[in-house]
Amino acid sequence: MSKVPADLKYTKTHEWLRTLPDGSIEIGITDHAQHALGDLVFVEVPEAGRAVKAGEPCAVVESVKAASDVYAPVTGEVTAGNPRLASEPEAVNTDAYGGGWLMRVRPTPGGATAALMSPAEYEKLQQEEGD
Amino acid sequence: MAFIPHTPADVEAMLAAIGVASIEELFDEIPATLRVKSLAGVPDELNEMEIGRLMTERARTDGHPSCFIGAGAYEHHIPAAVWAITTRGEFYSAYTPYQAEASQGTLQVIYEYQTMIASLTGLQVSNASVYDGASAVAEASLMAVRANRKSKSQRILVPTTVHPHYRKVAVATAGNQGLRFEEVPYSPDEGVTPLAALSKYENEDVTALVIQQPNFFGRLEDVDALTDWAHARGVLVIAVVNPTSLALLKPPGQWGAKGADIAVGEGQPLGVPLSSGGPYFGFMTTRLEYVRQMPGRIVGRTVDLNGREGFSLTLQAREQHIRRAKATSNICTNQGLLVTAATIYMSLMGPQGLERTAAASHARTRELVTGIARLKGVRPAFQGPCFHETVMLFDRPVAPVLKALASRGILGGLDLAEHYPELGPALLVCATETKTPADIEAYTTALGEVMQSVRAA
Amino acid sequence: MRTREKVIFEHSHPGRGAADQWPHDPGSAAIADIPQKLRRTQRPLLPEVGELEAVRHFTRLSQLNFSIDTHFYPLGSCTMKYNPKACNQYAMLPEFLARHPLGPESHGQGFLACMHELQEMLKEVTGMQAVALSPMAGAHGEFAGVAMIRAFHRSRGDLARNEIIVPEAAHGTNPATATMCGCVVREIPVDAAGDVDLAALEAAVGPNTAGIMLTNPSTLGVFERRIEQVARIVHAAGGLLYYDGANLNAILGKVRPGDMGFDVIHMNLHKTFSTPHGGGGPGAGAVGVSARLEPFLPIPIVGREGERYRWLAERDRPQSIGRLSAFMGNAGVLLRAYIYMRMLGREGMSRVGEYATLNANYLLALLKERGFDAAYPSRRASHEFIITLKKQARDLEVTAMDFAKRLLDYGFHAPTTYFPLLVPECLLIEPTETEGKDTLDAFVAAMSQIQTEAEQEPERVTSAPHTMPVRRLDDVRAAKQLDLTWKPTAQS
Repeated sequence: MSKVPADLKYTKTHEWLRTLPDGSIEIGITDHAQHALGDLVFVEVPEAGRAVKAGEPCAVVESVKAASDVYAPVTGEVTAGNPRLASEPEAVNTDAYGGGWLMRVRPTPGGATAALMSPAEYEKLQQEEGD
Repeated sequence: MAFIPHTPADVEAMLAAIGVASIEELFDEIPATLRVKSLAGVPDELNEMEIGRLMTERARTDGHPSCFIGAGAYEHHIPAAVWAITTRGEFYSAYTPYQAEASQGTLQVIYEYQTMIASLTGLQVSNASVYDGASAVAEASLMAVRANRKSKSQRILVPTTVHPHYRKVAVATAGNQGLRFEEVPYSPDEGVTPLAALSKYENEDVTALVIQQPNFFGRLEDVDALTDWAHARGVLVIAVVNPTSLALLKPPGQWGAKGADIAVGEGQPLGVPLSSGGPYFGFMTTRLEYVRQMPGRIVGRTVDLNGREGFSLTLQAREQHIRRAKATSNICTNQGLLVTAATIYMSLMGPQGLERTAAASHARTRELVTGIARLKGVRPAFQGPCFHETVMLFDRPVAPVLKALASRGILGGLDLAEHYPELGPALLVCATETKTPADIEAYTTALGEVMQSVRAA
Repeated sequence: MRTREKVIFEHSHPGRGAADQWPHDPGSAAIADIPQKLRRTQRPLLPEVGELEAVRHFTRLSQLNFSIDTHFYPLGSCTMKYNPKACNQYAMLPEFLARHPLGPESHGQGFLACMHELQEMLKEVTGMQAVALSPMAGAHGEFAGVAMIRAFHRSRGDLARNEIIVPEAAHGTNPATATMCGCVVREIPVDAAGDVDLAALEAAVGPNTAGIMLTNPSTLGVFERRIEQVARIVHAAGGLLYYDGANLNAILGKVRPGDMGFDVIHMNLHKTFSTPHGGGGPGAGAVGVSARLEPFLPIPIVGREGERYRWLAERDRPQSIGRLSAFMGNAGVLLRAYIYMRMLGREGMSRVGEYATLNANYLLALLKERGFDAAYPSRRASHEFIITLKKQARDLEVTAMDFAKRLLDYGFHAPTTYFPLLVPECLLIEPTETEGKDTLDAFVAAMSQIQTEAEQEPERVTSAPHTMPVRRLDDVRAAKQLDLTWKPTAQS
């Protein structure tokens, strides 16, 4: 069973969200997702300033056997892409919820948000998908 | 039975093992109404002796004329070793190198090919090839849309001096995805694309500019100025180049201040026979930063479990078998066998041999032009330098001239009436290193005689 | 097998070369008209080697490959059958090789006759109304096919039809092609026996349906038995049927796509008609269509007027989807297919489907008898079949990939692994009609032997191959530390 930290929110497309003190949202992919992909060889994150829309692809994670889109869970403006991933994509494998974060987004007030799940709900989803 | 080794005893034993009485029974899941009644339109079989006879006769019908047509396919000397090795069964009858351990030969050839083509074009990375030069332009345009994130227009500027078939293929291939190809006119005196022709796009969103060097007329474009114009406006540059010419001409990676972004072209001049248009191969190279936007297969060098170096297909996550609907292209194949031939060709020619081939081809074309320009009613169409191909204007229709030459066993060039009617009677003509002074003399003499019989317009 | 061969640049010596292959130096005056600012200043990195060195290098590289000429190659859905030597020899007659693609028809009647007869034979064996030869690979033919479907709907003002339906087991090119044609893809499931789920199909079709892409026999190695119902449902909804010819070998001479109701098909001439795979190309993906799609065929096509053959292009075909290649596609490949078809003749065509099916069912029967699990045990194999090694993966921790790699040690090319994605731990096995019983028996013996090894000394299998030029390669490193070209400075 993959790790599902209790202090985060999740999406059904396997992204996690952390609300930072300044109100922006840090986004990554879950331990379950990184495990399913295998060793990541390339991660493409958006540049600061880019506008993202909830439910639309905003980043790509690539392993030798799959390339997956990462969907923005909220509408807003990217404040940072994780610069470390350009040279160390494996950080997503080794530290999915920490050093392997993908981007930070400042949500647009009143903007759309994807349906979010609690840790318990996400664990249930994992079980259904056969973790 | 042709190519089927089974004896009656084999068949009997096999049917028994399956537990059916006849081969027919194996088709019992197919609705009877759908079964083929007759293939009357297919002729009786021929044995190898008979097909050999037939094909030899057909080939003889086509003859072996002296060819002065270029227009994107060029007759060059091909060393005997090139196809002797390329058609070895181990290359010829192998599949795509998905099982790397059983395909190191094919993989290493592609790696060596990628190195040579990247260096020839002056860019960092190459794919394992695409179908041909025309489809390479289409794929490069699609790639430019993916790579140029700042541009939203999907608008590609294509000078009229780019091969007319390449332009058509680009539209047929990429038009369905919403790309718009807009033609940029050439200067009628010089036969090249003037910077002024681009001024109307000065403040518009353009994704990429295609530049062919030498262009379809054989003329040399001012690639530095065109490239810099594009880059100053956030427009990517797609270079379309002749690989032989790159032994002499500035490689796309060095055009202008920053170099072209993508280089493509027809690989046929590198050891591939004319053979009615194919199989050829399209090459494609780019900057390292765009490698993930490039379509087609790519081979990389890595190590095995024992730490020994080996080769495998890499960056496959871009491709159709993994990305499916989101793949960079639906392309599966590269033109593997042709790439093998080209790699052997480039190895035998080396930098010096390729340079001599380019220079000798250019020299022969200049001799030809000097010869035929002396004839009354024939003159060069454009001022300025060419490479190994050029346009001549005639004072009478070109088609009957070509027809009369063909009846004497000379293919005198390509009539431009269909693609460039605005030029008036015009002929695109080319000579390569394969032509001797005697061949050129024979052409000039024949043309002089033929001109007598075709009346001036 | 041989082990490693140096990269050719490591054989290179400045000043060496196969000078005999070079033209005489025309001197620098010959190129004096090319302005300095347009010239190259630094020579490209091409090897400087003698002719024998080059010949030896590339011959050695060839020996690092498996190929049909050297090994049984039961690669499912790829139809790795014998490529007759005559096809190569007679396609490479000097006159054919020297023929310029833009040469006049007066100097191409022999070649054009072959192409026209090839079009006619392909029409006959597929039951289609017209054929075009210019697409250069299966995926290219697919593109032409879907582009024609779009053009057909557009020509009727039916602009909403942009959905292409594909069964979930479809080859990856199908959805990729749909995207390239500006269409969106709708996947529908197949049932437990491998047939299309008709209820799901009924639910999926509608006013947006452009068409459905199907392989039959399907990628699951079984014949789609309800193809006539599928055709009725799709046609009733106003859509067209696209036949992916990947598996045409299975039914050649037995059933014709045209008779099954397909409107457009592509044929992989490098599979069914035995032109070489060449280490990944060139292929040829001729397309065939029913009468209503004929105006849209890609150009050029070869026409016949009395005893003369001529190209049909823009002027004759104003509604064509256009040109897909600079000239006329992979002409030399088409000649090889022509020669092959003439050598098979009418009766030979039907034997292809028959013996390909016999070989597949025999191999399946033997493997089942040795304890391997068929993915669709209740079904006949077509020209190929799937076994699943789910049990071995679960109980012995030996995967389909491990079996595949170990087969290389036994001198057999691996079957297709992990395709179709629908079946876990699968091997898709296609023996083709050109293999004899002895070879099939030897393959079964090797599979049994590997099964025994998997039970008794699994590491032998999981660490295979042991006898190839390289062991398993580090694909993660290959993708992460990109080394795509040889660099002089990186070498010792």
